[in-house]
Amino acid sequence: MKPTPLIELERLRVEFGGSAGRRVRAVRDVDLTIYEGETLGLVGESGCGKSTLGRATVRVTEPTGGTIRYRGADITTMRGTLFRSTRADLQMVFQDPFGSLNPRRKIADIVAEPLLRARGFSAAAAREVVDELLDQVGLGREAGARRPHEFSGGQRQRIGIARALAPSPKFVVADEPVSALDVSIQAQVINLLADLIRDRGLTMLFISHDLGVVRHIADRIAVMYLGQIIEIASRDDFFAGPAHPYGEALLSSVPTLSAAPARERIELTGELPDPADPPAGCTFHTRCRYAVERCHTEAPSLRTVAEGRQVRCHLPLIPREGPA
Amino acid sequence: MSSEVLLEIRGLTVEFDVPAGRLPAVAGVDLSLRSGEILALVGESGSGKSALSMSLVGLNRGPRAHIGGEVVFGGRDLVAADENELRSVRGKDIAVVFQDALAALNPTQRVGDQVAEMIRTHRKVPKRQARDRAVELLGEVGIANPAQAARAYPHQLSGGMRQRVMIAIGLANDPAVLIADEPTTALDVTIQSQVLRLLKRLQADHGTAIVLITHDLGVVAEVADRVAVMYAGRIVESGTRDEVLFHPQHPYTMGLLSSVPRVDGPPVARLPAIAGSPLTGVARPPGCAFAPRCAFAHPTCGDAIPPLTQRYGGPAHLDRCVLDRSREALEVTP
Repeated sequence: MKPTPLIELERLRVEFGGSAGRRVRAVRDVDLTIYEGETLGLVGESGCGKSTLGRATVRVTEPTGGTIRYRGADITTMRGTLFRSTRADLQMVFQDPFGSLNPRRKIADIVAEPLLRARGFSAAAAREVVDELLDQVGLGREAGARRPHEFSGGQRQRIGIARALAPSPKFVVADEPVSALDVSIQAQVINLLADLIRDRGLTMLFISHDLGVVRHIADRIAVMYLGQIIEIASRDDFFAGPAHPYGEALLSSVPTLSAAPARERIELTGELPDPADPPAGCTFHTRCRYAVERCHTEAPSLRTVAEGRQVRCHLPLIPREGPA
Repeated sequence: MSSEVLLEIRGLTVEFDVPAGRLPAVAGVDLSLRSGEILALVGESGSGKSALSMSLVGLNRGPRAHIGGEVVFGGRDLVAADENELRSVRGKDIAVVFQDALAALNPTQRVGDQVAEMIRTHRKVPKRQARDRAVELLGEVGIANPAQAARAYPHQLSGGMRQRVMIAIGLANDPAVLIADEPTTALDVTIQSQVLRLLKRLQADHGTAIVLITHDLGVVAEVADRVAVMYAGRIVESGTRDEVLFHPQHPYTMGLLSSVPRVDGPPVARLPAIAGSPLTGVARPPGCAFAPRCAFAHPTCGDAIPPLTQRYGGPAHLDRCVLDRSREALEVTP
């Protein structure tokens, strides 16, 4: 069966006004398709633009340019009641379970809000959905009468997930949803998300800096560097051997829990360049160990190098055969 | 490796007065740090790992803190030492590097001057000489253009650079012990790997003993020689890196290790998570603190706190569990 695109981004751009008139292009003309039912893992280091891209995809942050299509319809500038009902299909789970819940409201009201506002549910009908959801995320419906401060970080993240799922969205952007949690709690929330994705047939953009977490939950991986997507691959292809030198360095930097002597680490020299003033040519050439003359002057485009595999590099690393 | 004990912790307790009563952050810890080793202190939030490390140099003293037990360093008990005595030890013999370098650095002072100041606090050297040494130190911690970086203010540097500056300040007086509290948690992995390499180099070149406080088991595997796992204020397992990480005996250590989503090895369908959440309140169960979450607990686990003892592994591989089963038996059960 051919996968159906759910979200299509075309030349999506987000710019922020920097100091002294310097405009920071946080997201630089991103083309990306997210297919129905898949979980796409978006990875990269701080400042690469992955959160901004996630927020712009559901217009929590308004894009400066480009197009967002949801089920084929252009929603980039959609307004009014039409957008309100569309927006209910597109939800977000945030990283900070402490900052994203109104401390004065009861959990049941927090979770019911998108149902009442965007889906036009009656209070009684919403109540029923909320009870079911609180059970489903493992808090129990009794939690509805309590307030955010009575819950631990992991529990608050479950509340955030329940709120995002209340209007039965088709697409969820989860921005570092488990990064603030302890390891043992993190595993619980990852399992919960995996169950919900399966049971509800959710399509998800899962943003994380943690490659272990992403490997666990994503079907495909997209890697960002300085506002651009530099590699897209299936989960197994990426972890068997990234095709972009940056992906390779990123993966080799992750400390592994292995008794074997440390693997070869590819140490990236230097710092992330200023996003307001990215290098000419390939934006990664300043830290790339394979860079040649051409990389300094000519910007590579994101091109297909194998089935389902795209890379923005003049000299892509030949993917190894089979699992590593 | 030398096995001379540098720092000896005996029966350390740290309690804080909180609205709900008295919080037992550290509930009796015995631990020794040997010269030249990297000892990782592992645990989740509220396990007491930071409270333990801060109390080594008296950084969490205050009207609401009650610290008991002994921390013996160079023949002195640092728990009993007065603030003057502690000041002469802190930054000179024992240095601390915090997670949040931006908060720990003075925003209004150039970073080179902050390194130089730490040198001059403990040694009578001319300003000029301290400043030159500061630039040298910034170079040693891997800052590319140390003379230029020395003139920068903290906000002008990246997170990785600031963490290096913190380490440079820590090293200013060539301390015997460096306490690094989550030194790479705020950093990206590519920068983290640079900082971890730096810690290993310090250990090799200067013979610095390092107490590394972290929640990241991958980081532990990467750099630690010995590991102590904390849960609810107590050490529940300790031993060499290989013993604790690759032949764990305590159900908590096992659970923690299997909860980590890994980038290597075969992908697993479902993470074997530990049920429930860590103890954070003032109330503690009478027996094993992990029993309420333990997949292997039986009724007697709630009777008394198990002692930290050698059971199946090497002579220094200790854990705090009474389950009379081999590790293999524990692994197949749930």
